[in-house]
Amino acid sequence: MDISNYLYLSAILFTIGAVGVTIRRNAIVVFMCVELMLNACNLAFVTFSRLHGTLDGQVASFFTMVVAACEVVVGLAIIVTMYRSRRSASVDDASLLKR
Amino acid sequence: MTSSTHLVYLIALPLFSSALLLLLGRIADKWGHYVATAVSATTFLIGLSEFFAMRSREGAARSSVQTLFNWISVGSFKVDAALLLDQLSICFVLLITGVGTLIHIYSIAYMSHDRDRRRFFAYLNLFVAAMLLLVLGNSYLNLYVGWEGVGLASYLLIGFWNERPAYAVAAKKAFVANRVGDIGLSLAIMIAFAQFGSVSFDGVKAGVPHASTAALTALGAMILLAATGKSAQFPLQSWLGDAMAGPTPVSALIHAATMVTAGVYLITRSNFIFDASPTARVLVVIVGAITLLFGAIVGTAKDDIKKALAASTMSQIGYMILATGLGPIGYAFAIMHLLTHGFFKASMFLGAGSVMHGMNDEVNMRKYGALRKAMPITAATFGLGYLAIIGVPPFAGFYSKDKIIETAFNAGGAKGWLLGGAALLGAAITAFYMTRVFILTFTGKSRWDDEAHPHESPSLMWIPMVVLSIGSVASGFLFNSGNALVNWLAPVVNSANFHSEKELMKPIVVSLLALAVVVLGAGYAFLKYRADVPVVAPEKVSLFTKAARRDLGQDDLNDLLLVRPGQALTTALVKTDENVIDGTVRGIAWLVQYLSYSSKKIQNGYVRSYALIMALGALALVATIWVVTL
Repeated sequence: MDISNYLYLSAILFTIGAVGVTIRRNAIVVFMCVELMLNACNLAFVTFSRLHGTLDGQVASFFTMVVAACEVVVGLAIIVTMYRSRRSASVDDASLLKR
Repeated sequence: MTSSTHLVYLIALPLFSSALLLLLGRIADKWGHYVATAVSATTFLIGLSEFFAMRSREGAARSSVQTLFNWISVGSFKVDAALLLDQLSICFVLLITGVGTLIHIYSIAYMSHDRDRRRFFAYLNLFVAAMLLLVLGNSYLNLYVGWEGVGLASYLLIGFWNERPAYAVAAKKAFVANRVGDIGLSLAIMIAFAQFGSVSFDGVKAGVPHASTAALTALGAMILLAATGKSAQFPLQSWLGDAMAGPTPVSALIHAATMVTAGVYLITRSNFIFDASPTARVLVVIVGAITLLFGAIVGTAKDDIKKALAASTMSQIGYMILATGLGPIGYAFAIMHLLTHGFFKASMFLGAGSVMHGMNDEVNMRKYGALRKAMPITAATFGLGYLAIIGVPPFAGFYSKDKIIETAFNAGGAKGWLLGGAALLGAAITAFYMTRVFILTFTGKSRWDDEAHPHESPSLMWIPMVVLSIGSVASGFLFNSGNALVNWLAPVVNSANFHSEKELMKPIVVSLLALAVVVLGAGYAFLKYRADVPVVAPEKVSLFTKAARRDLGQDDLNDLLLVRPGQALTTALVKTDENVIDGTVRGIAWLVQYLSYSSKKIQNGYVRSYALIMALGALALVATIWVVTL
């Protein structure tokens, strides 16, 4: 199977994630889109690792997973706290810092 | 040359007392005027002792020098702060301190009702110090310091009652006109330094024989410009009339006897320059001749007693300046007229002050009349000064003015006739306007306001007037007997070995001519003002009188040539400043503000738009890298 298909898939997933981040308002969905972008990157890393026959890309994707796990913990905690305080998880409502 | 150790006290004492009175403030109100007067009298005594010490020495040892400190030392340029007392400066020292002391005494009474009398005396002392520095400096630079000092004192004293805007304006006008002259003096100093590498009188004198004619003429012209500013000569004469805004003792001391004659001193001191430059001498006599007629004509139409006297001062200094342009003997006669003028003009100014004192500060002569009976002493002292100025023998003015007229005729040829004629005509007009002043003030019928109660002034005021009038009687005879003053000044101005070869007329003829024109002028005034004088100045007068009342258009001319273009220039500069310079600064501020307002909109608080911008930024970065590596 042509290796470039993996890269196409990675790019499509990344694009879906990026568009999701910019157009969705629900914080949970935005958060999932971020995860999607991270995983698209992981796919690209692994693909290139396979292409070059080295383990560097696989190591990098492990790091990404660790960072993503930490991010999930912190991010979800913030979203939950936000929801508790204002009964909404819309990111547009959290725009108080502009002033 | 003798070295001296106490010349500095002449300047230091009044300077110190001036500073003391100004710094102590109201504490010194009760006794400040006594201190100032005592200090002035002390300087006079020092001057007298110096004079007698000088007389006891002979020849070159007569002039004494005191070097105070090394003032400027830059490379080859060295200026010492040094004082020089020679035959010329001692005349001035005695005049300044003598007349100055009398006027200090007079002012104690004259200013007794003024709440700022202490400040007045502080300024008077400041003036005495600055004027003494002016005549004692041994270099043009030292002289310049005194020159500026008297300008400052004059400004402060003209504007002494500066709560009246017109007086403050008069002070400003005097200061500005003087500044124009001062530029002349500073340029002269620069030329002297560039040409001779020295600014001391000795250094310049030594360099004169090697200098080019053009440089000497430029130097002479600049010195003349300085003299016209300080001595109110044409074309910088317009400030003197307005300077009468100051208290009358100031007019007597500064604007009649001493400061305004500083220009004559400067030219006489620079005699070696003018002797070497005929062109500069011609300029000097032209300025002198114009001013002596100008002042005399203006004096005929003034109803304000002080302004009439001011015009007369201008005219008399015109005589002195004319004399200084007539060669070595002329300097001596200029100084002689300067000294006699110091006596009789100060005496008349103090007389005018005494009249004003008794008439509730009224200055309009049309409201005087018949004051002879109310103020006999004032009338007598003023009368003696009057006889002296018009040149009736044997009063002082006769000797000094006659000599100048005679010297003017002796200039020879057409020049002699022209200058002599101008001087004679001036003498006739002088006799006319001074007779007018005397008749309007002291004789005829009284035209006083109802509330005026003229009375003789206190003795503190009339004693100085009497002393000065004795001077105006006797000084001319004393200076002239055996050519005393001419011989005395000879070492400085080189006047002793002077013989006129182109004598147009014998001295006795000139004297008779001068007397004849004086009688004509005085007689005409007597006939004209013998009858009743209207209290309000008549409107229907000849064009000539109208012109003289407007000071022959001196202010109109200045207005047209200098003030209006100057104002247009400053208005244009202010506009430029507001629109171009401030406009640029304000434009930049506006631009920054506009940019920040418009870029602020990006910061809208929506995470998604930040994310989008971030994504676009990343895209742009990748695109850039892609383009660069392509």
